[in-house]
Amino acid sequence: MTPRALILHASGINRDHEAAWACERAGARPDIVHISALRNDPRMLGDYQLLVVAGGFSYGDALGAGKRLALELSGSFGDALHSFADEGRPILGICNGFQALIKSGLLPEVQRNLTGGATLTHNAGGHFECRWVTLVPNESSPCVFTRELAEPIDCPIAHGEGRLASTAEIDDRYIALRYADPDRSLNDTKYPANPNGSVQNIAGVCNERGNVLGLMPHPEDHIVPWQHPRWTRGEGGRLGLPLFEAGVRYAAGLGR
Amino acid sequence: MRYARIEVTPDPLVSATSLRQTAHEVGITALDDLHHHKLFFVAHPDLSDDDVDTLCREVLSDPVIETVTWRWRDTAEALRDADDRVEVQVLPGVTDRTAAEVRRAAEQLGIDLTHSATGHRYDLVSPTPLHETTRHELAKRVLCNEVVERYRLGEDHPAFIGEADGDTSLVERFDLAGLDDDGLVALGQERQLALNIDELGVLRDFARHQGRALTDAELEMVAQTWSEHCYHKTFRAEISYREYDDAGELVRTETVDGLLKQYIRAATEACSKDWIVSAFVDNAGIIEFDDEFVVSFKAETHNHPSALEPFGGANTGVGGVIRDVIGVSAKPIAVTDVLCFGPQDLPFDALPEGTLHPRRVQAGVVAGVGDYGNKMGVPTVNGTVVYHPGYVANPLVYCGCVGLAPKNSHVTNPHIGDRIVVLGGLTGRDGLRGATFSSRDLGSESSGTDIASTAVQIGDPIVEKDVMEVILAARDQGLYNAITDCGAGGLSSAIGEMASGLGAHVELHNVGLKYAGLLPWEIWLSEAQERMVLSVSPDKLDQVRVLCEHYGVHCDVVGEMTGTGRMLVTYGGDPVVDLPMDLLHEGHPRMRLEAEWRPPREVSVKQVEDVPDLDASDLLLRFLADPNVASKEYIVRSYDHEVQGGTVVKPFTGAHNHGPSDAAVLRPLGTKGLRGIALGNGINPHYGELDPYAMALSAVDEAVRNVVAVGGDPDRLAILDNFCWGNPRLPDRLGSLVRAAQGCWAAATAFDLPFISGKDSLNNEYVAADGTRRPIPGTLLISALAIVPDVTLAVTMDAKAAGNLIYIVGETKNEFGGSLMMQHIGAGNAVVPGLAEGGVGVARALHRAITGQLVRACHDLSEGGLAVAAAEMAIAGALGLRIDPGKVPVSDDVSHPLEILFSESNGRWLVEVAPEQAGAFEAALSGYPVAQCGEVTEGGRLELSPIDLPIDRLDTAWQRFNRLNTPGGTL
Repeated sequence: MTPRALILHASGINRDHEAAWACERAGARPDIVHISALRNDPRMLGDYQLLVVAGGFSYGDALGAGKRLALELSGSFGDALHSFADEGRPILGICNGFQALIKSGLLPEVQRNLTGGATLTHNAGGHFECRWVTLVPNESSPCVFTRELAEPIDCPIAHGEGRLASTAEIDDRYIALRYADPDRSLNDTKYPANPNGSVQNIAGVCNERGNVLGLMPHPEDHIVPWQHPRWTRGEGGRLGLPLFEAGVRYAAGLGR
Repeated sequence: MRYARIEVTPDPLVSATSLRQTAHEVGITALDDLHHHKLFFVAHPDLSDDDVDTLCREVLSDPVIETVTWRWRDTAEALRDADDRVEVQVLPGVTDRTAAEVRRAAEQLGIDLTHSATGHRYDLVSPTPLHETTRHELAKRVLCNEVVERYRLGEDHPAFIGEADGDTSLVERFDLAGLDDDGLVALGQERQLALNIDELGVLRDFARHQGRALTDAELEMVAQTWSEHCYHKTFRAEISYREYDDAGELVRTETVDGLLKQYIRAATEACSKDWIVSAFVDNAGIIEFDDEFVVSFKAETHNHPSALEPFGGANTGVGGVIRDVIGVSAKPIAVTDVLCFGPQDLPFDALPEGTLHPRRVQAGVVAGVGDYGNKMGVPTVNGTVVYHPGYVANPLVYCGCVGLAPKNSHVTNPHIGDRIVVLGGLTGRDGLRGATFSSRDLGSESSGTDIASTAVQIGDPIVEKDVMEVILAARDQGLYNAITDCGAGGLSSAIGEMASGLGAHVELHNVGLKYAGLLPWEIWLSEAQERMVLSVSPDKLDQVRVLCEHYGVHCDVVGEMTGTGRMLVTYGGDPVVDLPMDLLHEGHPRMRLEAEWRPPREVSVKQVEDVPDLDASDLLLRFLADPNVASKEYIVRSYDHEVQGGTVVKPFTGAHNHGPSDAAVLRPLGTKGLRGIALGNGINPHYGELDPYAMALSAVDEAVRNVVAVGGDPDRLAILDNFCWGNPRLPDRLGSLVRAAQGCWAAATAFDLPFISGKDSLNNEYVAADGTRRPIPGTLLISALAIVPDVTLAVTMDAKAAGNLIYIVGETKNEFGGSLMMQHIGAGNAVVPGLAEGGVGVARALHRAITGQLVRACHDLSEGGLAVAAAEMAIAGALGLRIDPGKVPVSDDVSHPLEILFSESNGRWLVEVAPEQAGAFEAALSGYPVAQCGEVTEGGRLELSPIDLPIDRLDTAWQRFNRLNTPGGTL
């Protein structure tokens, strides 16, 4: 079965086309669906096996990154969305999508932990930044997108509010991806390898079940070798595509 | 009015480090720290405590990192001053997306708000309270820009938009027929029309012929239509040009039949490329991309607004050029930005009155560019920053945009009976008279006048993104017969142009407004951002409305195409404008202008061999650290250059992703195959100060070199011209402009290149209170777009592997006019680099070598010549280079070794070739000046006799400016 992927579009979302391309290359059948269509008919979510909340600046991020999109996700079709997640279907929130997921309660284990909570806020450097980073998957996380990844991912970040801040240490099993030095060493990762000052070098987190992943970097921007910043030097591999392939494989295995 | 005042405080408190630092720089050193709080103001007669609590919790604060407090206040309450606080708010009517989002988010939670506003509270931390005048100084120079904001020393009431008062149907009428010339001129000045006596005379004749007075809307519409900004009257003018030699003898006189026609369009016609789809007709130039798509390219300037409100000026500059591309039915796929600023280390006491410090200008402009492109989701992939003292009062902001559209999808054929649809942003009082404002000199008073504050706006990229979605869908469904963007001159210009062949009737009551109280002429002329105009046949209106609803875009049907040949505008049925289209578009009296060119007074330059103790290594380190050469990585990385997933050659390249690419290469998402485009630019005002003609040659050559270096095809290469100059009524300014236009013609024909679009921004000149004039150095930007046949064959500039050979292509001449050598030590000569003899032939040969995969790295030689280019190649590749200057092909006039190292001759590239491909490469370049002059080494040193320096020292010098430039760094 070819899984169907819903790429959520909303005012200010701007990486929907790349996300759709990545899903297509990974073997899914993507549709870019505007939130107004979903608002009119939340049941249409049932036709899809994979949901991607793509990156951008939803509603201009005027109230804080992803904040108003989060209100919408937990509001008008929050029930449909939560049952989508509860049924174990994979949800991927990238960049602004991650910001919206964490603020909408779809990553509850991270958003509200025992002693407080976690959020995404302004980069430690204080400004928007675009640069390539290296992500290393955490083998002990149940995340369906990353648990089988054989190698790190090189891909860009492009955000101003990507620092994961938390009032308590985040449990290792919720950490799907970490920022690492290009030689993939995880020890003492500093700026710019950790580009925004996230706690515990966290780049992506998942829920308890592992089917909801939120991450700040953009694996959808490294689908083919010529997107790599050093492809003219013969460097390659470490594509973001396997992350999408894993999600699509998992979605295919769920059946309808 | 009762309102809730909400304060959101970061927890723990965060220091506003960069603001504190700026305060110290302007001399307020007693300030230990600044703490920033966000302010929100909300009101509704029925708002309850629970409602405000809910808003605070769900919308306005993030409990993990912020605390929130609020209380009821009333606008009738007296305000107290506080000696440790400044509050800043945007002026009523200035775009405030956040305030609007508060209302929409509240609505989602079921809470109605009639008013919302935002602001900033700054708590001042100092051992003793700052003196009141110091606090005013802090507010004016650091915290608030009074062009778009206001401040109070203490708590402030919200800047809610007040209720409209007065008669909003008011139309003023002016009896031009009865005015003599003095009366006309006085009227022109009173209404700030920026029209000359000939132009006003045409209007008086028209009024006499019609036997009626003209309305305010008619005068304003004509003034905008005939403005320099919209009509380019200097570029159309007949120019009497006189050229003098060094001795003051008249050596040449010429009548120029329009700069645009005689030099720019003529070059395009001379090369007759069959892949040009549209040149100088539409909002952007268009060329073929492949069998399925066309690409469009346009560059604009937004200089005057950026001088006064850098963020908003640059922001709406990018928004405007993106709309130009949407206006040719294309999807924007790349943004370019070329910025010209005063020196960042300018002492504050050297700042001309009424101007912002170059650091503040740069910070605002860079943030404004990034904000728009990043939020629209269009990658900013190419650009440069130029520093020169001539830009202190008049910074330049060039914004470019590339679009992609299916072939034949852009229609420009409005029909009689079509409805005129305005979609996107609502119309407000913002941006009034922007076109005439930009046609005047800036003065010491400009920032204080209300002209400026209405002429400057803040953009809303999210609205434009939504509008783009609607337009692209409407294009694909064939829903419109014509399209144009709303830019300078607002609806008057957009509809006036779109209906120029037919005539139209517009009813202003149907135009959606941001707030009540606009007069008819203000609605017609408003330059409110993010609006597009479509001509839609009546049977397709419903489909357009459905699309707008789907994407949440406002749309109004404001009128229709009539076929009367007249522009009729009514307000509630009463005529406000009734003008023949001929008057607007054919009626302008052609200007006749005087221009003269005298070579600059003898420039004192010493021969290189006459300067004692010149140390080549020291010179190279100084040149690498020069702001015009040095890394600007912080600026470039604040732009998203990856969105849309097609950036194949990025702004930075090399082993550590920090080498400066010559040009960007994109492979647009959604196209088939591996075809792509290369984007580059050429600019150098230092050359123009000596010889504007040679500056133009060099700008074209540099733009061509850049795109060819990465794999662009020189036979599929189109360029844009962008002239920024001083006041063209002054013959010396116009003379240098003529010289530059002549250079454009010469260079374009030498390279067999078409101009496909262009833009001029004149009157970039500061007039001090005592009348002293300070023009910018005449500045020409050439932007280049070339087709890359296969992006996987693109080449970057970083040295790739030790053992590879280094070739130099092109001849090195003794050319130092305007060079770094001349700027830094006054040595060399005053000869500005001219065109290389190779012309397009050598570019073609190099391109064949690149597509034949014979080239591992390629870097063009520009400022600082061979030494700087070699250093950059080594830094980027983290490898050494050993180059023998003795092997570099030179012309007869080169005698000193330093001339080989630092001459800035055009037409040169450094090329890295694998040893096994040396023969094939030499064969490909045979017949052109090319020589194997060195090799890539393992050693980590640049050996370019007499230079011998480790790469890390070069890198440190090259990075110094960037480190100081990054927020938190000091200069």
